Amino acid sequence: MNREPYLLPVTIVAVIGFAALAGWFLKVPSDKTQVGYRGIGMEVNTNRKTSAALAALNAVPEPQPPLEAAEMEGPRASEVYKNVKVLGHLSEAQFNRVMAAITEWVSPEQGCAYCHGEDGNFESDAPYAKVISRRMFEMTQYINGDWQKHVGQTGVTCYTCHRGKNVPENIWFDNPERNAGRMVGNANGQNKAGVKLAAFSSLPVDPLSKFAGGKEHPIRVQDQVAITKDFDKTIQDAEWTYSLMMHMSQSLGVNCTACHNTSTFGNWQQSTPQRVSAWHGIRMVGDLNAKFLDPLKDAYPAARLGPTGDAPKANCATCHQGVQKPLYGANMLKDYLASLTPPAK
Amino acid sequence: MALLNFERKYRVRGGTLVGGDLFDFWVGPFYVGFFGFTTIFFSLLGTALIFWGAALQGTFNPWTISIAPPDLKYGLGVAPMKEGGLWQIITVCALGAFISWALRQAEIARKLGMGYHIPFAFSFAILAYFTLVVIRPVLMGGWGHAFPYGIFSHLDWVSNVGYQYLHFHYNPAHMIAVSFFFTNVFALALHGGLILSSVNPQKGEDVKTPDHEDTYFRDAIGYSIGTLGIHRLGLFLALSAAFWSAVCIVISGPYWTRGWPEWWNWWLDLPIWN
Repeated sequence: MNREPYLLPVTIVAVIGFAALAGWFLKVPSDKTQVGYRGIGMEVNTNRKTSAALAALNAVPEPQPPLEAAEMEGPRASEVYKNVKVLGHLSEAQFNRVMAAITEWVSPEQGCAYCHGEDGNFESDAPYAKVISRRMFEMTQYINGDWQKHVGQTGVTCYTCHRGKNVPENIWFDNPERNAGRMVGNANGQNKAGVKLAAFSSLPVDPLSKFAGGKEHPIRVQDQVAITKDFDKTIQDAEWTYSLMMHMSQSLGVNCTACHNTSTFGNWQQSTPQRVSAWHGIRMVGDLNAKFLDPLKDAYPAARLGPTGDAPKANCATCHQGVQKPLYGANMLKDYLASLTPPAK
Repeated sequence: MALLNFERKYRVRGGTLVGGDLFDFWVGPFYVGFFGFTTIFFSLLGTALIFWGAALQGTFNPWTISIAPPDLKYGLGVAPMKEGGLWQIITVCALGAFISWALRQAEIARKLGMGYHIPFAFSFAILAYFTLVVIRPVLMGGWGHAFPYGIFSHLDWVSNVGYQYLHFHYNPAHMIAVSFFFTNVFALALHGGLILSSVNPQKGEDVKTPDHEDTYFRDAIGYSIGTLGIHRLGLFLALSAAFWSAVCIVISGPYWTRGWPEWWNWWLDLPIWN
């Protein structure tokens, strides 16, 4: 019956051989980091092509030339210039040095005029960008002083978010789609395609409004005891939380196991140390949005505001921009301690 | 003994794949064969090693015994016995036992002049396991990517690997595999129900014929796949489920490192509407 007895085995071996060869050469080069006990699948995998692209995007600019000790002495900026409210404690040279830095960081194309106008009237508060950037200096000092639980000694500078752009690449606004539609048209703010904030999942499109808008919303949705009447979390609560977590993963270029052993998300003993930083980070972003960013809405021109008239706000991606430590942990703050940390009282 | 006398004529000598007459005998109702021997050898050795691992771990609670693969730092090398080496030897034993079992199935099929459908089908189960503990770890460069041998611990692995890709239900091959598993169960339920309804009648009723069965489905959905066809379909569904399970895990890591939801952006980026 079987006229070609070798045909079938030869075909099978050929198919398997071809699949093995193709499989070997098509695989993605990646770096794997084990972050939990062996064998439980707590790993962070990064595609080397993605990492190379990110490394280029996260190159750190050269610091401004350091000052001589004598240049830090002498009259203060508040005495030399008019209307210096936040950086008045610096020397004239220190003040001009950080002004040169912020120009490179935030408005390399427009130069000083972006905040100070074209007319050379540097003391004027007329350009809205100056009012905003003054508040941003205060925010940067506040982060470096009061949020070391999240930013550590590495701290942040204007460049952490701005990266040479007037407006940081990753900002968020209240999303009117959250409440869009009635009856059948109401997707309850979820099931939208291509939403980067939700890591492209169907989860709620606007988790930050709930957790990082300055309002405290409980994130924990896992019960600590089995089947209790006192537990009031809904599936919708879980979806909000998951959406927030997806946003964090997407922003940092990591996955859920970077912080959690998913068998018990809430258990700190089984979590990685990064979860502590992340816990503070969520609160930091909410605090910054409430204290600094959202209240600026009256200072912006309408074009800078969101669809519901709110101010641009920060989320995890604003600083992290796809990597676990912003700028791969480069410490830019050390060259600008005098200007970007809180002045001594 | 009557039944055994009746069975004896089916006990055909020869047809072994290796070793000629070696182990070509029966113990009670069971055919032994060379691969029956190797199955027993690998099973006993592997099980004994699991018990040793449990002793080292300090628990004999069947839920929490866990034989974990090595740390990633050992890559594809040999790990010290107490740090994953045990897992490596047990994996060899498991594969030895599973493949031996498939070859024993093949030998029995040869003796009886039957097709190799059963060993072929079982090979898909072995393929799924082989993919998890050999192919994917080799592609990713470390035995530590494989799963641990423990009832609870392997569930932790499954959960964490799913969350490594943010949301595993967006994995397209996982979708296909899950669909096959459900369809498989659906087909088996329809088939089991149909056969029992036909050949296991109430007392006093006649056993019905395949024509009844065909007519039932023609009346219900306009088509009956037929008595042979339903078994082809069942085999296809079951093998597809195992095959796509293997695909869904082997693409996670070696061929895709980001969240699975993001993978679907190719659809949004199609030039038709983008």
